[in-house]
Amino acid sequence: MRARKPTKGDTGSGVPAPASEVPETPDVPEGTRAVLDGNEINRALTRIAHEVLERTKGGEHVTLLGIPSRGVPLAERLARRIEQVEDLSVPFGSLDITMYRDDLHLAPARALGKTEIPAGGLDDRTVVLVDDVLFSGRTVRAALDALGDLGRPRAVQLAVLVDRGHRELPIRADYVGKNLPTSLREGVTVLLSETDGQDAVLLGPAKARPSPALPSPATALKGHASRAVPPSYRDPGSSSASSPGTGTTADSADNAGSKEGDA
Amino acid sequence: MRHLLSTGDLSRDEATLILDTAAELAQVGDRSVKKLPTLRGRTVVNLFYEDSTRTRTSFELAAKRLSADVINFSAKGSSVSKGESLKDTALTLQAMGADAVVIRHSASGAAHRLANWVDGSVLNAGDGTHEHPTQALLDAYTMRDRLGRLEGLRVAVVGDILHSRVARSNVLLLTTLGAHVTLVAPPTLLPVSVNTWPCEVSYDLDEVLPKSDVVMMLRVQAERMRDSFFPSVREYSRNYGLDGERLGRMPAEAIVMHPGPMVRGMEISAEVADSPRCTVTEQVANGVSLRMAVLYLLLGGS
Repeated sequence: MRARKPTKGDTGSGVPAPASEVPETPDVPEGTRAVLDGNEINRALTRIAHEVLERTKGGEHVTLLGIPSRGVPLAERLARRIEQVEDLSVPFGSLDITMYRDDLHLAPARALGKTEIPAGGLDDRTVVLVDDVLFSGRTVRAALDALGDLGRPRAVQLAVLVDRGHRELPIRADYVGKNLPTSLREGVTVLLSETDGQDAVLLGPAKARPSPALPSPATALKGHASRAVPPSYRDPGSSSASSPGTGTTADSADNAGSKEGDA
Repeated sequence: MRHLLSTGDLSRDEATLILDTAAELAQVGDRSVKKLPTLRGRTVVNLFYEDSTRTRTSFELAAKRLSADVINFSAKGSSVSKGESLKDTALTLQAMGADAVVIRHSASGAAHRLANWVDGSVLNAGDGTHEHPTQALLDAYTMRDRLGRLEGLRVAVVGDILHSRVARSNVLLLTTLGAHVTLVAPPTLLPVSVNTWPCEVSYDLDEVLPKSDVVMMLRVQAERMRDSFFPSVREYSRNYGLDGERLGRMPAEAIVMHPGPMVRGMEISAEVADSPRCTVTEQVANGVSLRMAVLYLLLGGS
């Protein structure tokens, strides 16, 4: 956590922060510590909005797609920032990736999130996928598959609030709110006022869960015999796996200390 | 949830989850690529001992939209006509690696028996006069889609209740979801045990119609009738058929449903069947999304 005391409404760009009703000091559960508070999240989003505009040369063909659950309010906030900065209305929507996951057989079937594609469609647009935590990269892979079925964007970019490392696929974000080197024994939880009543990024111990070992071929063949994986299992990299109100937890197994990096 | 045998097994939360999932999956039907990779590598067997076009193709399309492999197995022209029992057929299918069996059978309880014999999921697609859960779910979905709610909705189910698995499944499901169901039929077409069902019973359609948000007409299942249950088709039609005049006495926003196949001129007049307030074709379209939701929830996870 940074030593500097955050000042209300300071977004680092002269743009007023709309989420000023968010408490300045996050309500931190025991065993976790806040690595970003509400104002720092606001500043990160404002910076990303500027970067999107810069890289897409004015953002004219940009469509923002949030990945449920917490990518969706982030995409909406980014769209509002871009509107404030450039006076440009950017279409935004949500893209549920549940049906495209590669770990569906490891956990009980989960409820689907919303997919809402803006009216103009995705063809020939620059689609910016927005998610809260980038971890294994599997969620993004699934999102790329889902996009392929929905249209043919001119380009696809990725914006995340926190990049915690530990990629399992060759995927990298174009816009990062904060690089947060983590241990796999740690869990990153993103709280947003829209879904959780406050804005914060928390670092805490990883939620206990059994190793995500694949069922042996013998049990896998029997289908329902492979129910040994308890329902508490969640895909490491995913935000949509978490139930509403609990915060997104991205956790898993083993590596360096929790040195904080700056975005 | 591993099998879907009866709507009576569903809690309110489970039923709502199925309807919500179907609502999300309905979008897939509007896309140019109408396919999801979710059930890739899974095998769904359609085991149909009774003729059915609508339900079988609906399940087949739903499974294919989720990328499952589909095997259609009808009793006609199969080993069943050589005398093979249901159990042996089931064990054969299991040996072939079926992850789910969709069964329609003329015997009530066939789906329950099958569930004891196979490891995979069993989906009841109609067993005798017992239940037809996916039909009831798609009916509930259609009501919620058209009227925006189920809680407090007044639903009249009219016609051949005695032979109808659709009626029983609907009564159980709609009651779970907070709707009030009234069965309307001549006394001869009501089951003996109807007083134990969680619904009201009336013999007078004209009395019930003005108080209904949904009127669900049932087909008179002549193929299941060994005795005469009413004096003549004409009399049945006069007392329990829905025509334009009766439609006019229903509340303005009320809808007419029918599980199909319709017998025009018997339980429903052509004028009503073709009216925009009749949801028959919507029910068919919703059936695919609903069955996708059920297949996903039963097979999509571990």
